[in-house]
Amino acid sequence: MAADWLHRYTRVLVAATLLLIAAGGMVTSTNSGLSVPDWPTTYGYSMFSFPLGKMVGGIFYEHGHRLIASTVGMLTVGLVLFLWRVEPRRWLRRLGWCALGAVVAQGVLGGLTVLFLLPDAISISHAALAQIFFCLTISIALFTSRTWRVPRIAPIDDAGLRRSFVVLAALVYAQILLGATMRHTGGGLAIPDFPLSYGHLIPPFWNVPIALHFAHRVGALTVTVLVLMNVTAIWRRYRDHVELMRPAGILLLAVGAQVTLGALVVLTGKQPIVNTLHVATGAVVLGTSLLLALRIWRVRFEARGAAEVWRFDVEPRAVALQKPVVR
Amino acid sequence: MLTRSVRSSLALLALAATVACSSPPAAPPPTGGGKKVDPVTASVLMGKVTFTGIAPAPEPIRMAAADPNCTEGAGPNPLSDAVLITDGGLQNVFVYVKQGLDPAYSFDVPTKAVEIDQHGCMYTPRVLGVRAGQPIQVVNNDNTMHNVHSLPASNRELNQSTPARGTTATQTFTMPEVMVRFKCDVHSWMTAWVGVVAHPFFAVTSADGVYEIKGLPPGTYTIEAWHEKFGTKTSQVTIGEHTTQTLSFVFNPS
Repeated sequence: MAADWLHRYTRVLVAATLLLIAAGGMVTSTNSGLSVPDWPTTYGYSMFSFPLGKMVGGIFYEHGHRLIASTVGMLTVGLVLFLWRVEPRRWLRRLGWCALGAVVAQGVLGGLTVLFLLPDAISISHAALAQIFFCLTISIALFTSRTWRVPRIAPIDDAGLRRSFVVLAALVYAQILLGATMRHTGGGLAIPDFPLSYGHLIPPFWNVPIALHFAHRVGALTVTVLVLMNVTAIWRRYRDHVELMRPAGILLLAVGAQVTLGALVVLTGKQPIVNTLHVATGAVVLGTSLLLALRIWRVRFEARGAAEVWRFDVEPRAVALQKPVVR
Repeated sequence: MLTRSVRSSLALLALAATVACSSPPAAPPPTGGGKKVDPVTASVLMGKVTFTGIAPAPEPIRMAAADPNCTEGAGPNPLSDAVLITDGGLQNVFVYVKQGLDPAYSFDVPTKAVEIDQHGCMYTPRVLGVRAGQPIQVVNNDNTMHNVHSLPASNRELNQSTPARGTTATQTFTMPEVMVRFKCDVHSWMTAWVGVVAHPFFAVTSADGVYEIKGLPPGTYTIEAWHEKFGTKTSQVTIGEHTTQTLSFVFNPS
């Protein structure tokens, strides 16, 4: 069925985007951002004719990042066409256009940051928009999934959990922005010890990099506590909802890994692979939080546009049978 | 409507690209008051920079893993040349007159470029001095791609490719600045340091740690010695007429 193929396609896009974020993390972690001084060309070659044999040192990371980015860009164009061809929900087709706009803007930001020699504002915006685009791809993948279109059991209707997951997703995004700011302004080792800060619970002296670094640590603690609270709430109240329990488990694991990686970034003196894994796992934490938030909010989506949702691939008679009951 | 918005976007992009690629207005090099150094009274300042204590072990460079083209001439286990000590003499220390020179002196700025070589995926020389306003030309002598990325604080930053053997990148720093780091982002270990000064009274220590500054007019000066790992040392010296004055510096691991 075309709808299922569309969903499979979006999953490929999500995976490619996560790979792209990791590749971007590797560029920053190895300080390779300016190893290709020109853009959109690479040492005068067009993007796709640059010889593979010349992808050495920092060029490997920077040009590799550009190639993956181009692939993600083309996949996004394909997504828009796919949505336009088979997707009846207008808002979802528009979301596809938003994703395309985001990926184009992201490409331009990436180019400008090279041409302007990595100004902090553009580099941080590039990192921030990458996460927005990742969220868009995850959302589209979710909205095209069978479990979203035809849930096996009635979606939950829990106002408290809806609020707390919105807060969680927003906080994780803010935490990523803080991390990106710290990373691009060179504050990754502003506090060189862990878990203490210069031997104290609170740094004994302050400047902007130390403040950013310490705020990122406080943010990590806050996110971890909130994740524990939210996952516990799901585990207690909705243990029979596999569509919530599974991502909640992934979220818990990802947050544990992320805190460990954050500590290792400091303790290894920003080892590039550890650094990159920290960036990619941050994206996984954000993506999982968003996925859970959307699934918890699904009942509201239905209330606002149920007809459009159901017309997608279910026969009218089947709709009557499968339409979930809203609590 | 669409055409207009597309045109506007392209114009904005073109503007951004123009701003990115254009040079800011260059500040003129210091001109002084026209006074010239009298060669009859000019003196020589010379000395040795030594290192005492346990020198840090040279860091290995994973050159072959990053770029197999770099290993040509570098040997199987290339090491960093950041710290070079021979019989206690410390190489690559930039020694210059920091203060005390009469501002009335004027010095012609050489038009000939100072050359830095990219060879064996290293910058040679690693440390050098130039005059403010004097061009620096970086030449790629490798069978691989490099970029030339300068990181000044007061002057204009440069990031330019030297994509093939024989290609060059040229930069002129208009403001005095000690020191400016040059790096190659393709090969993260490649570093050079350039001291940009407004006068000709500077030198870099040789392999045995010796330096010599010629043509210095009589006066009392603050002399600074800079090393990329060990920081700076300063010393006051009074130079008489037509003499050879000795001034040595000692660096240690701290």
